[in-house]
Amino acid sequence: MATNTENQVVQTEAAVSSKLMMTPSPHVKDSINTQKVMLTVAIALLPSLLAALYYFSFPALVLVATCVISCVVFEQLFCMVTKTQSSIHDCSAVVTGMILGFNVPVTLPLWMAIVGSFIAIVVVKCLFGGIGCNFANPAATARIFLLVSFATAMTNWVAPLHGVADTVASATPGRAMCNVMGVDYLAAATPLSSHVVEKPGFMQLLLGQHGGSLGETCAIALIIGGVFLIWRGIITWHIPVSVIGSVFVFALLFGQDPIFSVLTGGVMIGAFFMATDYSTSPVTPKGQIIFGIGIGFITMVIRTFCSYPEGMSFAILLMNIVTPHIDSLTMTKPFGAVFEEKKK
Amino acid sequence: MSFLQKTMKGAKIGHFKNTENSPSVVMPIPQEVCISMSQHMGPPCKPVVAKGDTVKVGTLVGDSDAFLSAPIHSSVSGTVKEISEIVVANGSKCQVVVIAADGEQTVDENVKPPVVETHADFVKAIKNSGLVGLGGAGFPTHIKMNPKNLDAVDTLVINAAECEPYITSDYRTMLERTQDILDGIAAIKKFIGIKQVKIGIENNKPKAIELLTKETANDPSVEVCSLPSLYPKGAEKVTIFETTGRVVKEGMLPADAGVILDNVTSVAFIGQYLRTGMPLVTKCLTVDGDAIAEPKNVVVPIGTRYADVIAFCGGYKKPAKKLIMGGPMMGILVYSDSYPVLKNNNALLAFSSERAIIEPESPCIRCGRCMNTCPYQLQPRQIEIAAQNDNIEMLNRLKVMLCMECGCCSYVCPAKRNLTFSNKLAKQKVRAASAKK
Repeated sequence: MATNTENQVVQTEAAVSSKLMMTPSPHVKDSINTQKVMLTVAIALLPSLLAALYYFSFPALVLVATCVISCVVFEQLFCMVTKTQSSIHDCSAVVTGMILGFNVPVTLPLWMAIVGSFIAIVVVKCLFGGIGCNFANPAATARIFLLVSFATAMTNWVAPLHGVADTVASATPGRAMCNVMGVDYLAAATPLSSHVVEKPGFMQLLLGQHGGSLGETCAIALIIGGVFLIWRGIITWHIPVSVIGSVFVFALLFGQDPIFSVLTGGVMIGAFFMATDYSTSPVTPKGQIIFGIGIGFITMVIRTFCSYPEGMSFAILLMNIVTPHIDSLTMTKPFGAVFEEKKK
Repeated sequence: MSFLQKTMKGAKIGHFKNTENSPSVVMPIPQEVCISMSQHMGPPCKPVVAKGDTVKVGTLVGDSDAFLSAPIHSSVSGTVKEISEIVVANGSKCQVVVIAADGEQTVDENVKPPVVETHADFVKAIKNSGLVGLGGAGFPTHIKMNPKNLDAVDTLVINAAECEPYITSDYRTMLERTQDILDGIAAIKKFIGIKQVKIGIENNKPKAIELLTKETANDPSVEVCSLPSLYPKGAEKVTIFETTGRVVKEGMLPADAGVILDNVTSVAFIGQYLRTGMPLVTKCLTVDGDAIAEPKNVVVPIGTRYADVIAFCGGYKKPAKKLIMGGPMMGILVYSDSYPVLKNNNALLAFSSERAIIEPESPCIRCGRCMNTCPYQLQPRQIEIAAQNDNIEMLNRLKVMLCMECGCCSYVCPAKRNLTFSNKLAKQKVRAASAKK
């Protein structure tokens, strides 16, 4: 058989002459493709985007759009510079941009968002070989980069425009104001911060009526998106359930309020959208559960014992590094396989 | 099946059983048939007739002493026009006997019901019938029926899953030739000493399950197992595991697990052969695909050219771009419609250019769909990398030789990677490396 591994299409002279095609089986394929996978994730992120628009008004939209456009442009530029085939049509840069935008406060200067996109796309993704080859989650790494480089701007949390009781705002006169693109925000700490005495209620946490990054405050919108992804078969339940479950359990063990721990900070967006990134998470269900428990554990250790109020992105990055090892340790045994016993 | 037993993984594939309600129709005898000498797994047969010889229906035209071969008979009465060569779908050449049919269909005088009293007689009769596994692989049945550990074999599994999309010929056999199937089961039980019979049918064929359950109700040793419609439930080791819970280990045959597995149409043929003595000369084919004008199930003489079969089904509705011998998941493409029908052919599909699209490969996104779909839990992506690097040691560790090439990994891959093909390539590399040693 004349095989050509380059395009993997076998053609014989007879095939050409009689206009019949010769390809290897199977001759039917699922309609799913990389672009559809990525667009489904983008659709799943829309409820959170709408929530962000409601709570933080149009500057949130401008910031997310900046991240998305700069991510796509950086990927295209990288492909042009390295003279490789453009890969922007797979829409993975759009998803990275959206998630990165969700991970920063609405007050972040746009140029910092563009720097973040550069780190995510060029340094973390493209330099390691592009889609499927990066070992670290682009958005999580870019968030950490921004947090370390621009600590003040990245922790400049503001209160949402809706839902936070006016009494709270008016009871604290002289509170710092922040004006972004003509919208006035009241400064507010993330509820995870140790000096916030008055914690928001569970309903407020669920609906996103508290300070935080623009896309991660509204837990219910993220849960809707995550359930949509599981229903569409894009992700499985293993990682989200094990991350959220282990955050809950370790919060109990460390003497914290478990429901509060689950609903605050980056747990929801991390569990459903960042930890489940295909390239950087284990492929076996067993490995995914180990991975999720590791993230939950590290997150709660950082929150409880370290000086950072939030540790989700660090936890994801640390577990990304051990992913290849989890994969090789949880390798499935092929059906009916007989392995030679190791000689002692 | 016990409650805790896991069922094997697979891909959810559209069934497209468009022809399930079309009863099989017998095709008129074509003007000439082209009988291939390679219609089984083993080495090809040698023609035993010469140009100008007169043959009748059931006359032996090809035979071989090789272990994995089965004799080949004429499907028409007429004159041998020539002995020539064709290029087989896989690129190699093979001898064919072209017979001009006289339309009389005179039956050879040697065709008479075999006298079968012992196991040896039974194996000999099956060998003379020219029967090979009609599910697709073409493994000669007489070898299956003569296992080394005859006493240890206690189970007969009948593979009626018919998991490939489009194909309904086994389904029609179950509905139309139920008595043949029961006779075949009885004969195998008697001569092999089978204690239990399991019939595995996918649950998308409720009528067949109902009918066979009813027909076998008075025989407690026969159990009809409803299998989930999850491709590939009709693969040998999968069917055995799903019906009996037994695992056929790497490098072993079903007989090593005490099982004989046979396709339902093969069993029906055994029943019919012991009654009539007519060797395997016709085959029921599902003719379907979007380029076929009138999709239907057709009983054709073996050796009929595809063009004749398609003409009988109303010809082409649209220009065909792909002509598939077998189902769309594992079938082989043929390069021309002058190719003949083989014994192990169970479908002929013609796809137009709308259904014959080559999508370009894109980089693997590590989604894990391939390994989470593989019924044997292999890792197609890792195999692909190891094959590209010629890493034979890694390929062996990944157990690539277990791959049955079912096509699930290629089917589900969102990056459109030809994983099944790379598995085939990897298997070739492992074979070549072990031959060198």
